[in-house]
Amino acid sequence: MDSRRLPRAVIDPKVRQVGFFTSCDPPPARSLSVPADTGASAIVPTDMSSSPPLTDIYITNNSFSSVRIPPPRQVSAEGLHSLGRAAGSTTSVFAHDVLSPHCWEGIQMPIGSYNSSEFMQGKSSMLSPSSSRFDDIDFSEEEATSACLIRTGSGKEAAAFPRSSGEVMMAIKSGANAPAKSALKTASVVKALPEVTGIQAAVPFHFSFEEKDGGTSIEKQNEGIGAARSKQKTTKAERRAIQEVQRAAKAAAKDAGKGAKSTFASSGGALAVAKQAKSAILPSQTKYGSSVASERRVDRNPDKDGKKDVSQSSMQFDDKSRVEKAKRRAAVGHFEARNSVELFRHLPQYEHGPQLQYLESKFFHLDHIHPSVYKVGLQYLTGSTSGGNARCKEMLLAFQEAVMDYSTPPEKTPARDLTSKISSYVSFLIACRPLSISMGNAIRFLKNRIAKLDHNISESEAKSNLLSDIDRFINEKIIVADKVIVHHAVTKIRDGDVLLIYGHSTVVEMILLQAHELGKQFRIVVVDSRPKLEGKALLRKLVMKGLSCTYTHLNAISYIMHEVTRVFLGASSILSNGTIYSRVGTACVAMVSHTFRVPVLICCEAYKFNERVLLDSICSNELGDPDVISKVHGRDGLNDLENCYDATPSDYVSMIVTEHGMIPPTSVPVIFREYGRDQLFF
Amino acid sequence: MDFQVVVMAGGYSKNLVPLVSQEMPKPLLPVANRPVLSYVLELLEASNLKDLIVVVEGEDVALRVGGWISGAYVDRLHVEVAAVPEEVGTAGALRAVAHHLTAKDILVVSGDLVSDVPPGAVAATHRRLDAAVTALLCITPVSGPSESVSSVGKDKGRKLPRANIVGLDHTRQYLLHVAAGAEVGKDIKIQKSILRANDQMEIRADLMDAHMYAFQRTILQEVLDQKEMFHSIKHDVFPYLVRTQLRSEISDKGAPKNGLNGVDYTLNGSEPASEILTNRTHKCCAYIANKSKYCSRLNSVQAFCDINRDVVGEAGHLSGYSFSAQNNIVHPSAELGSKTTVGPQCMLDEGSKLGDKCSVKRSVIGRHCRIGSNVKIFNSVVMNHVTIEDGCFIQGSVICNNAQLQERVVLKDCQVGAGYVLTVGSEYKSEPLSKK
Repeated sequence: MDSRRLPRAVIDPKVRQVGFFTSCDPPPARSLSVPADTGASAIVPTDMSSSPPLTDIYITNNSFSSVRIPPPRQVSAEGLHSLGRAAGSTTSVFAHDVLSPHCWEGIQMPIGSYNSSEFMQGKSSMLSPSSSRFDDIDFSEEEATSACLIRTGSGKEAAAFPRSSGEVMMAIKSGANAPAKSALKTASVVKALPEVTGIQAAVPFHFSFEEKDGGTSIEKQNEGIGAARSKQKTTKAERRAIQEVQRAAKAAAKDAGKGAKSTFASSGGALAVAKQAKSAILPSQTKYGSSVASERRVDRNPDKDGKKDVSQSSMQFDDKSRVEKAKRRAAVGHFEARNSVELFRHLPQYEHGPQLQYLESKFFHLDHIHPSVYKVGLQYLTGSTSGGNARCKEMLLAFQEAVMDYSTPPEKTPARDLTSKISSYVSFLIACRPLSISMGNAIRFLKNRIAKLDHNISESEAKSNLLSDIDRFINEKIIVADKVIVHHAVTKIRDGDVLLIYGHSTVVEMILLQAHELGKQFRIVVVDSRPKLEGKALLRKLVMKGLSCTYTHLNAISYIMHEVTRVFLGASSILSNGTIYSRVGTACVAMVSHTFRVPVLICCEAYKFNERVLLDSICSNELGDPDVISKVHGRDGLNDLENCYDATPSDYVSMIVTEHGMIPPTSVPVIFREYGRDQLFF
Repeated sequence: MDFQVVVMAGGYSKNLVPLVSQEMPKPLLPVANRPVLSYVLELLEASNLKDLIVVVEGEDVALRVGGWISGAYVDRLHVEVAAVPEEVGTAGALRAVAHHLTAKDILVVSGDLVSDVPPGAVAATHRRLDAAVTALLCITPVSGPSESVSSVGKDKGRKLPRANIVGLDHTRQYLLHVAAGAEVGKDIKIQKSILRANDQMEIRADLMDAHMYAFQRTILQEVLDQKEMFHSIKHDVFPYLVRTQLRSEISDKGAPKNGLNGVDYTLNGSEPASEILTNRTHKCCAYIANKSKYCSRLNSVQAFCDINRDVVGEAGHLSGYSFSAQNNIVHPSAELGSKTTVGPQCMLDEGSKLGDKCSVKRSVIGRHCRIGSNVKIFNSVVMNHVTIEDGCFIQGSVICNNAQLQERVVLKDCQVGAGYVLTVGSEYKSEPLSKK
């Protein structure tokens, strides 16, 4: 939360400059003092200091061919997101600068919305960014414009959001009296806008606060925007819900307006009304909100065959009806987790113990699961196979075996039947452990291949095609990709470097060993963290190869960072806003290195890229075994939480090394655009 | 799931004389009035294993067992009964049915197992770890329930509990050493190479081999073919596999050195196993059953009594009967005289008649028994068609089919063979009684 992050909210989305490294010249030493080259400085138009390593790498490398790329649609969305993020996560800073102190408490709202007492709403707000796809771009852009509108309008104009209006209003009004409480209310607003990210909703909110003194309501404008919104898609029930909210909002506004300077009592009244309104709207919200959302998702992605996987990744595990549905569909049963942490209840809960026992005892009942798939699933469950590449490879090999043993039942086409088989395998694997994003991509690839099978060729031919396709995927996307990444990244290691690594990334390990083989003289700092202590295995391998290593834990990172010159990290996935989704702790390492002006290089194969956008690691994560965190006796009311991953914002990352070259994190969408889904995954 | 199941049902076990007889081979010995083999078959059936091969010793036993199975499981299981000559041992029995085995893995289960450990768990562990052999190990019950300590004869029958020595790696998944109780002298010899490769071994004596093994078929058949002397799975095949799990390393000079390096660079001794295990020629794994599971083998007279008591008592869910409010099972057609009490954890089957003032505690009484007045039966098993006349006192005994006890017989810890007649007023203590 330092002030350096503040201005990045205003990245100009109009011009983007993206570089591809074509040569592998080693860059000169870290040089923050190098004056910005005119050709390359466009990257950080507003604030140099916010991402110095970034400029560093760009500016100092003379041999790259910079490409001027007009901003793709994603970029504007990204800008918006970053805006939202600035507003959402760095509120305190923001508030200091922009707002008068009396608004201070009210501004905490987005943070307040994470309050567990309102976690349902908070969660939905957090979740929505992930579910909003680029297909929804128009939508979010419109959000942005409406946000601007609001900035110019008055506070009451928050009612412009038809579905959210009631409670935004409430929040604002009662915010004057009891800001903290109203903060909780706002969260539920977002619930009504399933497609809109919660943080986006929070943005207009801010501005409306700023201008609150403006006072009078401009209903016309509200209606205008409301109409615009309702053109989007409003069912009858939705409109009714909107009306209700507006009515409630008016009542509350009156209430709050009266008691603008008065006591808590009136605000309590407002609150009561607010609650009432909320309870009135909640059922319809949940029903229509989710149905509309799913409807839309289906509408807009008609070509998406991996619907199941999609629903898994964006499924809300605290939404009872959907969990029930998923359960019925699932190949194997799920278990209710015992004491889950409330805020994280929307994630698939960790259920290793009962799940393992269940699967083991049902071993002979799961005849429809191919033995090799079963084996891989159990290995995931027990953790004997871990790591994105290994898991993906094992899964594909298991599928390969399954395909090999597959024979089309009579009167069925292999394309359909095999797809459903693979789907059932996948749901079994999900029951063992949630899929990683890379695995999702691999599955999509396989299904796509199956769907594209020629109907005219014989079954054996089709099978051999599939087998070779899988082989090719493993080879091209994983093995060769790793080699290319190593080839690129080794050029960034120079004699005398001190490299910091975290976790256990196979690519990073390969890079280090390769650099060692090339005879480079460098030292390694292996940073590890509880509870998995994955660094130890890596340390062992490195030490056995004769590399000089220092081993430390994450809590000593600020101490050790003084001597580090480069940070190499792996990633589980890279999302299109440049966010790095990786082993928990990675964000911490990246932030500390950023603070110390140490370049952070993320090594990740392109098949792990995902078009989703993630702003935090709460809305989408994997939960690990909570019991390994602490052993406290007599632990009533203590709920441990172990998330396996975290999201590193792109501004802490200097460079992403992929097989397509070394790119800045802001250029991840370019990979999608230039190489496209077809080339990336298929 | 590509598994085949072989049930080793056995024949006339010497350990169970005088309980077994021509009419009553070991697989058909009643446990809570159901043949002991039914427990295994139903356990397998519950795991969706319906194609079974049951191997029995002797043709006549095969006839009996086959007849019973085809009657009891006519539409439920597909069972092939194979007869092998007596005294070929379990390994010989496997050899005899080897040509029937085609699946990737073979599950070998002893027919005298009374357990609720799902076989799927063993199979799943086997698959997951890609093992050559996986054994089911159970926690040995702590020397039987307390009330059986009372008598000397039982201890004699039981001898001392033979400690099975089992060596496990730190994850308790891999078996590094096995030694059956009888082979263990004063000291245990452990192979250095195995110890070195794992640098940590947990020796346990509280685990019992439940005789449920999952084998990789190719390895099993190779061993059976090469080692023709092998007689028993437990005593020969299984220990052989465990012993030779590092054989390739022993023959190869380079490999052990590699292992040494692994040890040197170990940080806390917990990491290297995963890597070194890949060097093995085959992996021997163990599935250790949860303590809450019941697992017991009917391989001695004492075990017969214990299992009978447990199945109507603490492991009642195995019996498949529903217990009454008094925690006992009394068939509706059983007749009880006045002032006769049947205590908890008892079973009284179809058509049995008890006279007046009888007392039955912790006992199993079979079908159509006629029991006179004033008879006390404690901790005993009374099989079918037994006649017990007035004033008998029976404690800790087993009375086989068609036996007859005349008035005022007192039995303590005895086994009465089938059809044996005890004369009026006789008293016996800790004796096996049967027709010569």
